[in-house]
Amino acid sequence: MDYLLTLSPIFPELLLAVGSFVLLMLGAFGGDNDETGESVGWLAIVLLVAAGALIVLQPASTTFLFNETFINDRFARFMKLLVLGGSATALLLSFDYLRERGIMKFEFPVLVILATVGMMMMISANDLIALYLGIELQSLALYVMAAIKRDNVRSSEAGLKYFVLGALSSGMLLYGASLIYGFTGSTSFSAIASVAQSETAAGNVGLIIGLVFLLVGLAFKVSAVPFHMWVPDVYEGAPTPVTAFFAAAPKLAAMALLIRALGGAFPGYEAQWQQIIIFMSIASMLLGAFAAIGQNNIKRLMAYSSIGHVGFALVGLAAGSQEGAQGVLIYMAIYLVMTLGTFACILAMRRGDQMVEDIDELAGLSQTNLPMAFVLAALMFSLAGIPPLAGFWGKFYVFAAAMKEGLYVLAVIGVIASVIGAYYYLRIIKIMFFDEPREKFSEATTKVGFVMMVSAVFVIGFIVVPSPLIEAAASAAKSLKF
Amino acid sequence: MIGINGPLLSIVTFLPLVAVLFIAFLPNKEWGERNARWTALWTTSITFLVSLGIWLDFDPTTAEFQFVEEYNWLGDIKYKMGVDGISMLFVILTTFLMPLCILASWDSIKTRVKEYMIAFLILETLMIGVFCALDLVLFYLFFEAGLIPMFLIIGIWGGKRRVYASFKFFLYTLLGSVLMLLAMLAMYWHAGTTDIPTLMQTKFPADMQWWLWLAFFASFAVKMPMWPVHTWLPDAHVEAPTAGSVILAGILLKMGGYGFLRFSIPMFPLASEQLAGLVFTLSVVAIIYTSLVALAQEDIKKLIAYSSVAHMGFVTMGIFTFTPQGIDGAIFQMISHGIVSAALFLCVGVIYDRMHTREIAAYGGLVERMPMYAFCFMVFTMANVGLPGTSGFVGEFLTLLGAFKVNTWVAFFATTGVILSAAYALYLYRRVIFGALEKPSLMKLPDLSVREITILAPLVILTIFFGFYPAPLLDVMAVSVKELVANYETAIQDATALANP
Repeated sequence: MDYLLTLSPIFPELLLAVGSFVLLMLGAFGGDNDETGESVGWLAIVLLVAAGALIVLQPASTTFLFNETFINDRFARFMKLLVLGGSATALLLSFDYLRERGIMKFEFPVLVILATVGMMMMISANDLIALYLGIELQSLALYVMAAIKRDNVRSSEAGLKYFVLGALSSGMLLYGASLIYGFTGSTSFSAIASVAQSETAAGNVGLIIGLVFLLVGLAFKVSAVPFHMWVPDVYEGAPTPVTAFFAAAPKLAAMALLIRALGGAFPGYEAQWQQIIIFMSIASMLLGAFAAIGQNNIKRLMAYSSIGHVGFALVGLAAGSQEGAQGVLIYMAIYLVMTLGTFACILAMRRGDQMVEDIDELAGLSQTNLPMAFVLAALMFSLAGIPPLAGFWGKFYVFAAAMKEGLYVLAVIGVIASVIGAYYYLRIIKIMFFDEPREKFSEATTKVGFVMMVSAVFVIGFIVVPSPLIEAAASAAKSLKF
Repeated sequence: MIGINGPLLSIVTFLPLVAVLFIAFLPNKEWGERNARWTALWTTSITFLVSLGIWLDFDPTTAEFQFVEEYNWLGDIKYKMGVDGISMLFVILTTFLMPLCILASWDSIKTRVKEYMIAFLILETLMIGVFCALDLVLFYLFFEAGLIPMFLIIGIWGGKRRVYASFKFFLYTLLGSVLMLLAMLAMYWHAGTTDIPTLMQTKFPADMQWWLWLAFFASFAVKMPMWPVHTWLPDAHVEAPTAGSVILAGILLKMGGYGFLRFSIPMFPLASEQLAGLVFTLSVVAIIYTSLVALAQEDIKKLIAYSSVAHMGFVTMGIFTFTPQGIDGAIFQMISHGIVSAALFLCVGVIYDRMHTREIAAYGGLVERMPMYAFCFMVFTMANVGLPGTSGFVGEFLTLLGAFKVNTWVAFFATTGVILSAAYALYLYRRVIFGALEKPSLMKLPDLSVREITILAPLVILTIFFGFYPAPLLDVMAVSVKELVANYETAIQDATALANP
């Protein structure tokens, strides 16, 4: 019993892991029909919420488990809550879509839960092995989810592409991890850190090469340029609710891992990894801004937009300071809400049971469906980073951190990229508000409408009470070792 | 002195937002639209009255910020509002022009009336906020957020090339302001606060000032707009609906000048001194070049837009003379231009509503059909030229006076601009109002309606009143401007003393 209690930091993960097996059983014995799928889905949401409640109830201290492979601190709890929220919301968005397409399988919610457990492991990883376990658990679930519409060529293609490229990046990550282990003699972040701090950076080339490979693997997971090639195809090919899930929670988890690995294991090598992060940040911001301009498929456009946003978040990480980490946390939290809201709008783009994905189909939306046009416009302005909407604050804090550390060139390139990026967000607003109306969309379902409304309220109302999120992010960042 | 207490500035700023909530819930029926118009008119009028109350209570004998409100908001970033002699007048100008804009859109806006009124009311809140904000970040929020409603106003209710114009407007201004944001962040890390009055006392290192000044300049020069980044303005003006042009010319352009006075000079005096030459050059080029361009225009709105750029050249020139006359003149010129150019755009709106064209060639001989209109248009044309006895004269004269003290050549070239402005304005007037009434489409034009007279009459009166008696405006700003100049001179002297001990 006492031993069980020492496991309390990992209770949320255990709850989800055990819960997923229970759900699997329920599904297997409940029969292969929509009702089973739906009730399993609701139960999965309940599980995610319950896990979130457990996290909230955890004491505010930093605890380690399993010989320091698992860490539970404020930072981890902050990120886990966001991930759980993102997963639950994405699951909520999926019900109606899956039922209409006749793929309301009970496996889907179970996969979401498993992926979420993987992400929570990633966030709490304090050891290379824990890191890899988390990533693989998450990725394997995601590969299957991308291909869940298995009769559909594009969905299968997306799943396959994601799998092949994901496996490649996992390989690189493993290679990097083995190099790091070989040159430091340990897989634990704190042990790596003490080696990294004890020697001069130039003295340990092997460790640096390991670091580079590790970064490559993680860059693939956060979809930073130049490891972003899979993103547009997977986003476009995967079923829309799955894309919503991909764009939100896994990015957060991977970003958390990146922060933890760089801050926790390589504090002495800041000058080395900072260069790489700066390069990836600039490349992502610029590619996100330019490549999205030519897109007409809204899911592809959001894929490039997400690449750009990762670039902006990396600006905060490049600062390599507590303010920077705080900026990244704020950025990712706000990005999560904006992305889920936008995908809710994309899910509402349908006529009958036919989804439309071409942005020209939004023409004149403000005259046929003003509330939806309003929500989407608010989200677009927010993604573009126009004050007073929430998206502005994310950019504000990452750029503030960059300016403090003297990364002026990075900051200037960043803001210019944000102006270029504003163009394609404005284009969507232009299509909705300035163009002649097209045929009306079908009524949005309640769940989708609910997510749209909540995200709009968040994006617009954030300015009234910004301090809770900002302060939570600040205290979460304090528990990191920057 | 009435002596009202309470968060007056916040009330003035956010009153329009309250009306927005009300209008948003009106139905999309005919009576809903009527109610939207009336609500907007009443709200803007009440806002104007409240702001007049603030003006009555305003103490012009001190340069301190008044009606200051401060609340905790976000750590170091506070919600802080307040006005001094420089910002007071801009607040009044904003609240004064808004009801006129609503009235001017009464009949000409027929589609999506509710959304239109909402956009204008939100815009009013943001514009007043810009002039009242005493916190850098708060200022930036208001400054930048104004892009959203203006983008929609141009894009939805604008003319044929509205999409192009709205994008150009948005992206141009955004590009300028993001650099300013970075500068603000740098200032925050250096001074540890975003409080504007404190930052005015902060002495930034000289080389840092240089960069900060340039970043702020990028934003304000685009907003102003100064040559050569003025090209968004003619497009935006031409395509915007009448009231949109009025707001653009009347208030949004003033944010640039206000920014120079609030940030560039008091916070970066050394850089301002070094870079004044650049501003002078750009101002003089703007005055002469855009006046010449205005001469060649075929579109009435475009002509007035270019003349706005030229007039803003006088403002920047006046500000960077760092003399009380020059700065007084610049502020006065901004207020006067706010009234006159707004009035000119309203005048264009009057005939555009009737004829649906802005081509100068489509008109001629209007005086025979519309004598009252011809009179109003004449007053504003004269004010635009800067004829003594109109408000336009006072501002131009004072700025030239200031410039003459500092740099004779600048004053010389700027004066040629006055002559050119007479040329294009009178040429426009002749082609539109005089000449033979030949075109059959013009034969049945009715003269000004009661609504149009209500809009134009106060503008005519103010233009002439301030031309003869500018004291009410000059008194408000005098002390604040003196303080500004005095602080600037101390900063320069300190720096020279440091350099040559």
